[in-house]
Amino acid sequence: MMKLTKEEQEMLEGKHGNAVKQSMDILVSLGEIFGAKRLIDVTSVQIAGVSYHNLGDAGLDYLADLAKDGKVRVLTTLNPAGMDMENWKTLGIPEDFAEKQIKVIDAFKRMGVTATCTCTPYYVGNKPEFGKHVAWAESSAVCYANSVLGLKTNREGGPSALASALTGKTPEFGMHLMENRQAQVIVNVETRMFTITDFGALGYVIGKKIGNKIALIRGIREANTEQLKSFCASIATYGGTALFHMEGITPNSTTIPKESVSVSKSEIDKAKEELNDHDEPDIYSIGCPHLSLREIEDVARRLDGKRVKKEMWICVARPIKKRAEEKGFIKMIEDSGAKIACDTCMVVAPIKGRFKCLATDSAKGCFYGRGKNSFRVVFKDIPKLIEEATS
Amino acid sequence: MIMKGRKVAKGTAEGEALVSADGISFYGGVEPETGKVTEKGHPLEGQCVRGKVLVFPTGKGSTVGSYALYDMMKRGNAPAAIINKEIETIVAVGAIISEIPCVDQIDIEKIKNGDRVKVDADEGTVEVV
Repeated sequence: MMKLTKEEQEMLEGKHGNAVKQSMDILVSLGEIFGAKRLIDVTSVQIAGVSYHNLGDAGLDYLADLAKDGKVRVLTTLNPAGMDMENWKTLGIPEDFAEKQIKVIDAFKRMGVTATCTCTPYYVGNKPEFGKHVAWAESSAVCYANSVLGLKTNREGGPSALASALTGKTPEFGMHLMENRQAQVIVNVETRMFTITDFGALGYVIGKKIGNKIALIRGIREANTEQLKSFCASIATYGGTALFHMEGITPNSTTIPKESVSVSKSEIDKAKEELNDHDEPDIYSIGCPHLSLREIEDVARRLDGKRVKKEMWICVARPIKKRAEEKGFIKMIEDSGAKIACDTCMVVAPIKGRFKCLATDSAKGCFYGRGKNSFRVVFKDIPKLIEEATS
Repeated sequence: MIMKGRKVAKGTAEGEALVSADGISFYGGVEPETGKVTEKGHPLEGQCVRGKVLVFPTGKGSTVGSYALYDMMKRGNAPAAIINKEIETIVAVGAIISEIPCVDQIDIEKIKNGDRVKVDADEGTVEVV
């Protein structure tokens, strides 16, 4: 049984309103099921279940109901929505969908959520310091939070993350406990990693090899934050892992496991082949997970003075777009005919049936492009994608 | 026969058992509009979960599954109760927010399709009548 403080008991009994009561019901039940001894405070929350495409009317009702008296108690940001909240018409989103999507975001706003819709909350101010407990959904962000930022979070679903936002609490089990954060298997990488697709392919290979076990990855000489972001998205998609350690690169400590596996160059090459259907792309999408300012600059300079001949979406969080705008990057991109898609991406936008083949540098994007939208996929690095789309 | 398990979501219910040897994904695997299992090749493909005591090993698939179960409940197409061998968070949260009685840690092989089953989630018990 979990031990609750007097305040937590009152929250559970409904003395802090209905939304808090409902949220405590979820958190206490989860805690009891998974053997937590107590609830702990969280510093921030990232909520999934934002696209109307995934929520439906029932999900929208659920949110509207909580919004009657629910207010978030900690900094809370949102996952991507089903569309660019301002620019949805340019992206060809139907009006009835847009209307519902706006209602979803309004319900979150009424609860005090910072309605920045991105899978990279750590680029837009939701980045607590090392060691803090948080309750994050979004598999790539969960993996990045635990592994790269040294935060502590379980893989939350939509309702449980929202429950943590409305109470500031989460049950203490799983990733919140140091004994569950130790590496279980050593992964020796026997080839050098250079590009985003190298790291995406590496996540694919390791994810398929070890599932959701915690890896201690050795042999990576250097990895910048964008490469780690791409790796997190891929390993979480193909393996379901919430945490890895990368020797000399990530900040968490770990004990050294006995079991070990290796990854060879031929496995990386094979992975890239498996992620490529060799078809003619009719949509190019860059920004899964959403781009950093540095990546936007790179894309802008490559597109500058050229014309794209295919549909091209550049996906980014709105605050990053604003900063890129100040530096002139957005104009360079839009002048080329490529479209900036804020608040959304090719995974969650309702684009099934509109395109046949997606070209992307994201291994995660390949998985959802195939599985959710029945696209064929082409997996290449950004310089290649832009070269192809503009020639 | 009474089996003792663990309470996941409170409440009591009685109904006909619908048993699956495979896991279920409520997002993409079951159609909320009808309650029919739509996953290709699933042992329950084409069968309706509405009003049944739904018995399966564990949940699988997308984290949006909790909302999908809630959607089914709102449309009156949800199962009357859920019995799992081992619960995971997505079905657990879905059952809690949808107020569907749910029990796990049950030896589900002992329940047969069509059995009349009483679920008392508050006590964590499952009775095959």
